[in-house]
Amino acid sequence: MKGRVLVVDDDTALAEMLGIVLRGEGIEPFFVFDGDKALAAFRETKPDLVLLDLMLPGTDGIDVCRQIRAESGVPIVMLTAKSDTVDIVVGLESGADDYVVKPFKPKELVARLRARLRRTDEPTAESITIGDLTIDVAGHAVSRDGGQIALTPLEFDLLVALAKKPRHVFSREVLLEQVWGYRHAADTRLVNVHVQRLRSKVELDPESPEIVVTVRGVGYKAGPA
Amino acid sequence: MLRRVTQRWRRSIQVRVVSSTLVVSAIVVALLGFVVLQQVKSGLIQAKLRSSVAEEQLGITNARTQLSSATGTPDVQALLQEVVQNLSPVQGGSEGGYEVVGYELVTGTDSRTQPALNPGLLKESVPQKLTDAVTAGNSQYYYTYTKLLYDTGATSPAGPKIVSHRGLAIGSSMQVPENSFNTYQFYYLFSLQQQEQTLALVWRTLLFSGVALVVLLAGIAWLVTRQVVTPVRMAARIAERLADGRLQERMKPKGEDDLARLAASFNKMAESLQRQIRRLEELSRIQRRFVSDVSHELRTPLTTVRMAADVLHDARADFDPASARSAELLQTQLDRFESLLGDLLEISRHDAGAASLEADAVDVRDLVRRVVDATEPLAARRGSVVTLHMPDEPCICEADGRRVERILRNLLVNAAEHGEGGAIVVLVVADDDVVAIAVRDHGIGLRPGESSLVFNRFWRADPARARTTGGTGLGLSIASEDARLHGGRLQAWGERGKGSQFLLTLPRLAGSVVMRSPIPVEPADASREESAEVGGGAPTVTRPAAAEPGGIVTLKARARRDQ
Repeated sequence: MKGRVLVVDDDTALAEMLGIVLRGEGIEPFFVFDGDKALAAFRETKPDLVLLDLMLPGTDGIDVCRQIRAESGVPIVMLTAKSDTVDIVVGLESGADDYVVKPFKPKELVARLRARLRRTDEPTAESITIGDLTIDVAGHAVSRDGGQIALTPLEFDLLVALAKKPRHVFSREVLLEQVWGYRHAADTRLVNVHVQRLRSKVELDPESPEIVVTVRGVGYKAGPA
Repeated sequence: MLRRVTQRWRRSIQVRVVSSTLVVSAIVVALLGFVVLQQVKSGLIQAKLRSSVAEEQLGITNARTQLSSATGTPDVQALLQEVVQNLSPVQGGSEGGYEVVGYELVTGTDSRTQPALNPGLLKESVPQKLTDAVTAGNSQYYYTYTKLLYDTGATSPAGPKIVSHRGLAIGSSMQVPENSFNTYQFYYLFSLQQQEQTLALVWRTLLFSGVALVVLLAGIAWLVTRQVVTPVRMAARIAERLADGRLQERMKPKGEDDLARLAASFNKMAESLQRQIRRLEELSRIQRRFVSDVSHELRTPLTTVRMAADVLHDARADFDPASARSAELLQTQLDRFESLLGDLLEISRHDAGAASLEADAVDVRDLVRRVVDATEPLAARRGSVVTLHMPDEPCICEADGRRVERILRNLLVNAAEHGEGGAIVVLVVADDDVVAIAVRDHGIGLRPGESSLVFNRFWRADPARARTTGGTGLGLSIASEDARLHGGRLQAWGERGKGSQFLLTLPRLAGSVVMRSPIPVEPADASREESAEVGGGAPTVTRPAAAEPGGIVTLKARARRDQ
C-alpha cells in the first residue's frame, strides 16, 4: 500500500532520517520545516497522513494541527518529546488521532502510520442506528434527524466500533487494538480523549452521555445504560 | 466526663484563667469574710459587755439601797423577790433584755429567787463556776458567757422541752450591814440573741456579697481572657488555614496594643512564608521546565540516532563481523540509554512534584493479568513459573493504570531476574479500602537490612552481578514514588536463600491513604519453611518482615486528582 505522508518537523536530521525510514517502507514523504508553511504544504501535497512534530518554530504543532483539522479529517500523528499527560492531552484535543513519543523505534512509528493509513478496509454497506443517530457505514456519514454530523475518520471508526455491537462493553485496550491498531502498548489517554471528542460532537448533552456510555472500571459501550 | 474536663482545662486558656480566678478569689474572700466576721463579733460582744456591766452595777446599787431600807426582820425570800422585781426591766426579758436572779447566801441553803419576768428560766442558766467565783471573790462583779435555758412549759416524750440561747451572766455579791450583814448575790442574765441575730445578718450579707464578688471576678476574668483569647484563637484559625495552603489568609490588626502587634507579626510571618513558598514553587516550576526542555532537546537527536541505529542493525547481515557487532552493540546500548533517560526524567518529575496522578477506576486484576502475560516469557526464559492468585470478583480501584502497570512490571521483571528459576507467585487481595498485590519469588532473596535499601536510587544488591541483568537501578525508586503518588505503599521483604516479596498496597479511593495491608509483607510460607528447616538445630532468627522505617514506603498521600 502506497501512502503520501507530510512530515512537519524543524529538525532536518530527524526529517531526513524519517524520510529514509518511510521510503524504505514504501511510503512517499513530503517535508516542511516550518509551522507557518505547514498549511500551505498540506493543501499543495494533499497527503494521506500528516506526521507532525509538536515543537515547531513559527506556528507551533498544536495550531498547525487545528488548522489542518479545520479543513480536513486526514489522519494526524503527533511526534512529541513530552510524555506528560497535559502535553499529550492538549495535542489529542487539538485534533491529532495518535501520537508517538520520542525516542521511538522506527518499526513502532511505521506500525502506527500503517494503522492510520489502512483505515477500515472492508466497508460493509450497512446502516446502523444507535440512539437517535443514524450511521451510514459505507458513506462515512453520521446524521441525527437528517442533519449531518461531521466526524473525523478516527472518530467515525470509534463510533462504528462501539455501535456495531450495541450494549457490548469494550475495554479501552480492546478499543485501542480495534480502532488504533495497537497490539500491546496501552495508553488509555488516547481512548479517553477521543471518546470525549466524539461525545462533544454526537451527544446532545456531553455531560450526561447517552450514545457513548462509560462503564466504570471496564470501559465504554454504545447505547443506553 | 473527667477526661473531657481535664481536656478542656489543658486546651483552653480561658477555662484555666477563669477557674483559677474563681478558686483564688474564693479563698481570699473567705479569709476576708472570716476576719470581718470576727471583728464584728468581738465588737458587738464588747459593747454588750460594757452596757451590761453598767446596767448591772446600777441595779446592784439600787438593790443595796432597797435592802438597806428594809427594816426589822422581814421575810428574806419575799424581800429578795421584791428587789428582783424592781431590778428587772419593765417590759419583756427577751431581746436586748435581761433576767435578774437574787440569792441570800446562807450556807447550805438555796434561796434563789425566781426571775421576775420569765418563770421558765432554769437555775442552771447561772453556771456553777460563776457562783463559786462570786462567792469566793471580792470583786465588784464577775461575768461569764453561758446558755440561758428556758422551760417552755410544753412537754415532749423526752422530758420537758428546753430552749436555750446564748447569754451573758454577770454576778455580784453584797453585804447589807443594815440588814444583819446578810450576804446577797444578784445575777444578771443578758440575752445575746440580738447580737446573734446581728451576727447572722452580717454573716449572710458577707456570704452573699462574697459569692457575688467571686462570680463577678470570674466573669471579669472571662471577659478579659476573652479579649485576649479571641485574637489568639483567630490567629490559630488563620494559621491552620495557612497550613492548609490558603496563603493569602491574614489577620486583621485592630488598634496598637500587644494583640495588634501579634496580628502584625503574624501577618509578617505569613507574608514571608508566602514569599518562600512562591519562591519554591517558582524553583520547582523552573526545574520542571528545565527537565521538560532537556527532555525535548535530548530526545530529538536521540530519535534520529535510534532510527539510524535501527537501519544499520537491520542491514548488519551485509557488514563485516566487526561492523555488524558494532551495530548490535549500538542497538542494545541505545535501548539502555533510552530507558535510563526515561527513568531519570521520571524521577526528576517526581522530585519536582510534577508527577500527576491520572486516577481512573480500573480493575487491578486486568492490570496484573496484562503485566503477567507480558513478563511471563522473560520468566520462562529464566526457568520460573508464574502463578497467579486473584479474587473472582473485580478489584476496582481508582488508580493510574499506567503507573500501576509500571510498578507491577518492575516487580515482576525483578522477580524473574532475581528468582533464579524458582516459582514466582502473584497474589491479589482486596478488602473494602485497599487492594494489595504481592509478588513473591524464591530466588536469592535479600540480606538483612537490604529490604530498606532496595528502594534507594541506583542501589544494586551485588554490584558485580547486577551488570549482567538489565535495569537502570531506578526502577524500584520510581515504583515507590508511584505508589506514594497513589497514597499507597510499596514494601519489601527478603531473606537470604528464601527469596523475597514485594507488596504493593493501593487505596481503592483516590485521595485516601493506605494505613495497613491485608497481606503481611512477610509471606506466610517464609516462616513455614523456617520451622521445617529448624528441626533440632539452633533456631535461626527470622528477620523482621518490614524494613526499617525508611524502607517501608509509608508516605502520606499527596495524591493530586488532576481530573
